[in-house]
Amino acid sequence: MVLLALLAILAPALAPWDPNRPDVRKILDAPSGVHPLGTDQLGRDVLSRMLYGARVSLAVGFVSVGIASLIGTMLGAAAGYHGGVVDATLMRLVDLMLVFPRFFLLLAVLAFLRPSIWTIMAVIGLTGWMGVARLVRAEFLALKEREFVVWSQAVGASGLRIVWRHILPNAMAPVLVAMTLGIPAAILTESGLSFLGLGVQPPHATWGNILNEGKDAIEIGWWLSVYPGLAILVTVLSYNLLGEGIRDALDPRLRQSVGRIVTRR
Amino acid sequence: MLRYALRRLLLAVPLLIGITFVSFIVIHLAPGTPGEVQTGDLSIQSDRDVQKLLMELYDLDKPLHVQYAKWLTRLVRFDFGRSFSPDARPVLQKIGERLPITLLLNVVEMLIIIALAVPIGVLSATRQYSMFDKVTTVFVFVGFATPDFWLALLLMILFGVQLGWLPISGLRSLNWEYLSFWRQQGDFASHLVLPIIVATFGGLAGFSRYMRQSMLEVIRQDYVQSARAKGLAERVVIGKHALRNAMLPIVTVLGLSLPGLIGGSVIVESIFAIPGMGQLMVQAVFERDYPVIMGNLVIVSTLTLGANLLADVTYGLVDPRIRVGARRGRR
Repeated sequence: MVLLALLAILAPALAPWDPNRPDVRKILDAPSGVHPLGTDQLGRDVLSRMLYGARVSLAVGFVSVGIASLIGTMLGAAAGYHGGVVDATLMRLVDLMLVFPRFFLLLAVLAFLRPSIWTIMAVIGLTGWMGVARLVRAEFLALKEREFVVWSQAVGASGLRIVWRHILPNAMAPVLVAMTLGIPAAILTESGLSFLGLGVQPPHATWGNILNEGKDAIEIGWWLSVYPGLAILVTVLSYNLLGEGIRDALDPRLRQSVGRIVTRR
Repeated sequence: MLRYALRRLLLAVPLLIGITFVSFIVIHLAPGTPGEVQTGDLSIQSDRDVQKLLMELYDLDKPLHVQYAKWLTRLVRFDFGRSFSPDARPVLQKIGERLPITLLLNVVEMLIIIALAVPIGVLSATRQYSMFDKVTTVFVFVGFATPDFWLALLLMILFGVQLGWLPISGLRSLNWEYLSFWRQQGDFASHLVLPIIVATFGGLAGFSRYMRQSMLEVIRQDYVQSARAKGLAERVVIGKHALRNAMLPIVTVLGLSLPGLIGGSVIVESIFAIPGMGQLMVQAVFERDYPVIMGNLVIVSTLTLGANLLADVTYGLVDPRIRVGARRGRR
């Protein structure tokens, strides 16, 4: 995964060709020594386009998850800390957002806005904060009854300070897991949108829109369809495994239960 | 039970209003004054036409609360306006003719997912860390990570282009009209094979994982141990005592994952050129056919809400504890 990030960051240095320079003499060339992953309909090098695409995909993943976590944490904290009406209202809002099939909502919003990398990031972030909000709220509900919080309330610390200094750091573990698992989900969503032609617009290369262009040449240029998808698969898989790993490491309960079963056997 | 169902129904009402509200906000997302919706690369004249249509349709020149009230009263009468596309047909009619195929796809998907995920989950839970368990775990992770549109492309290349076994787009072959009745049904079914495989794949991974988790929790419970201690056959212990309890959380997960499944049909329908709601939505977005987009959004989310409600009530039916809880809550 570090390798993936490095590849994305170093794309300009690593890419053997200019990702956007067409070459009419090399239209739909099969993978070869010169173009390791072949060329597309305009004769552009697929490997270079994929390297640049990695930057877009990873950036969209990180930024949109950042937005989602920020909103989710703030609303979840407010709901969990205040309880009562605030909690009820915010949780109904979460329920409401969860009723919308995300793809339909994304498409509807994108129809009114002009799709670009920035709107995609914002829209994916704005429709993906509900899970984090629920997690943070649950953590807050449990934590605010604990002695150290009650104690700092008794000493007269302000609400904001208690939330920021005492509760939030303790509630971040599940958020971290959710963020790690949210990045691959956002990457999948972005590539899905780009695949439909409604995400990041050409000539910007992303894995999704390379696949979209590859679809039209499906009978000749299989390499256009296979490699970008494989890149998505590997990226998403590695983030998912990382997320699971963090979860196992942070959640002692899980390890215990696994241990119990082993001893029974 | 009835009381529980009614309570759920009442809870759904504010959500329904919320749906209309969020959709209303979406209309106003357009930058600039509401009427100046970006109409892409259309000519200036058609730009003005669309603006005028939008103004009329959503009363964009009136104050916000008036707009919302008017829009709402039309929604209650199922009046979604007319499509902006040249055929200018009522939106409801357009959606109506596409709804059945999307519903069919999703119901079949759901049934296949349940039929496969339950046994897979149970087997890998009862034989935790066995070869089967490991293989399914790998499958689950790969399943989660596979973009459905990519899987669709690969299957199209393999079965459609290379092997030529299955049709890769649409619902009917060109010679459909000349086939006998049964041949027609067979033709229809063969067009659905690939889309359903693609749509089922990701969901299957998730569900078998949940099923395994849920089953693992249940077989550690005391009542399962005591059923075993009674001397019941392992098959009965697992199949009757454990399975029933392990199924409970799955009903909820099923309800919660519905929006995802339905949303997934956008991609599947677009790739395989299936004339359903998802494809309609994508077309409408490309054509900036706002009434169709709004109608789609409202109807799909309302359907999802309904399906969630159904899942909730089913949950109440299968889990006696919920009914008891509801009765206690009444006091």
